[in-house]
Amino acid sequence: MTQIDYTRAVKYFLLQDFWQGFKLGMKYFFAPKATLNYPHEKGPLSPRFRGEHALRRYPNGEERCIACKLCEAVCPAQAITIDAEPREDGSRRTTRYDIDMTKCIYCGFCQEACPVDAIVEGPNFEFSTETREELFYDKDRLLSNGDRWEGEIARNLELDAPYR
Amino acid sequence: MADFFFNTNLGMLLLIIGQILLVVVPLLIALAFLMYADRKVWAAVQMRRGPNVVGAFGLLQSFADFGKYIVKEIVVPAGADKAVFFMAPMVTLVMSLIAWAVIPFNDGWVLSNINVAILYVFAVSSLEVYGVIMGGWASNSKYPFLGSLRSAAQMISYEVSIGLIIVGIIISSGSMNFSAIVEAQSGSYGLFNWFWLPHFPMLILFFISALAETNRPPFDLPEAESELVAGFQVEYSSTPFLLFMIGELVAVVLMCALITLMFLGGWLSPIPGLPDGIFWMIAKIGFVFFFFAMVKAITPRYRYDQLMRLGWKVFLPFSLIWVVFVAFAAKFGWFWGIYARWTVGG
Repeated sequence: MTQIDYTRAVKYFLLQDFWQGFKLGMKYFFAPKATLNYPHEKGPLSPRFRGEHALRRYPNGEERCIACKLCEAVCPAQAITIDAEPREDGSRRTTRYDIDMTKCIYCGFCQEACPVDAIVEGPNFEFSTETREELFYDKDRLLSNGDRWEGEIARNLELDAPYR
Repeated sequence: MADFFFNTNLGMLLLIIGQILLVVVPLLIALAFLMYADRKVWAAVQMRRGPNVVGAFGLLQSFADFGKYIVKEIVVPAGADKAVFFMAPMVTLVMSLIAWAVIPFNDGWVLSNINVAILYVFAVSSLEVYGVIMGGWASNSKYPFLGSLRSAAQMISYEVSIGLIIVGIIISSGSMNFSAIVEAQSGSYGLFNWFWLPHFPMLILFFISALAETNRPPFDLPEAESELVAGFQVEYSSTPFLLFMIGELVAVVLMCALITLMFLGGWLSPIPGLPDGIFWMIAKIGFVFFFFAMVKAITPRYRYDQLMRLGWKVFLPFSLIWVVFVAFAAKFGWFWGIYARWTVGG
């Protein structure tokens, strides 16, 4: 004759597990949702966030890049291509600055290498395109990115400066 | 005008078609919103938002899904038995829809007021298993076949205890007509007159059996995504899949309606003094459906042997003993006669 565990039997027949689960379910039913309503709400971004690239300018409108090609050299994915020659006023400038965004691994080495803070990775991560060709960025595109995101890029650089 | 509808053949045909449409169309529209409610409840328990993009608060999500299913390509497996393959989803849908013919929504609001209504529903819902077996077999593929075998065994096991639970209700109300069953639950104490109180253990048993019968979680073994991909539905796509899905959900809502009619007093008002009406029926169906949705959100899936053990070793003996108990209680009028409330005959 096996001993019957009456406490367990009563719990079993009164569906104790189910009611406990139901209580927990109802607790979370009314809890605030963890989901962000993405296109309308966005999560916080660190000042160090490495998103879409941009070429910055000095406040007087002169482009920062001096065509030292350090970023091209350091790029582990070899996504950056630079050609340079002297401008009319004798200063050394790029004639071509291409980033293949399909190759880029967003490591941030280019902005670390840059001596004049010209190439930076901005806070923008929503730059998907419908064709592959649109992701081959040229100098114009990168400069216009810089003009568009300059406010936020400058603020992020300033916030991150004490830790560099 | 009334003469045309009640005395000529064409008029009566039109009248019947009109009545059928009046039941089926609101049912299917309500179904789309119940599907949405199901997903919202499930999402809320998991702290998600659920569908909230299509229409206001995502209310039109189900319609968008229906539209998507319809425009998809129908893929028929090369080795499939085509006729049976396409018949299976139709059998499921038709069987779950025709059971609604005898469900009353209000006093006298019923398509056909037959005296063996409860037997009819029981018979039709038993036939639903054919849709599953045919679908699994006709796909000529291993996973659907295994899924359909599991499903068939499961549905047959739980129908036995559902049948015995229904016998208890029939004894208590003295009728197999749903209107008479609801009438038998009327009284001056409102919701304490309904059959959930004297038949309480059976309400729980019926609810759990209904979950198993309609392949809802935690008894969704035929579908068991993690093991069988989607059970008997693996090879189905597009509209046939949609028909399966609608058929299953109509069966779920039918079970909600049955619980409402047999245990929760149908269209009767829970508080004495308030008017009875169809809104009570709808509210109670919604209430039961909420529990169906909550169960899906909070319970893990049963193992197959546990499922069979529960059906044959727990539910069957328990409901059998209960039938005997109710029979004696009704015959000798135990407990102030709450088990013998027949309104016709005796």
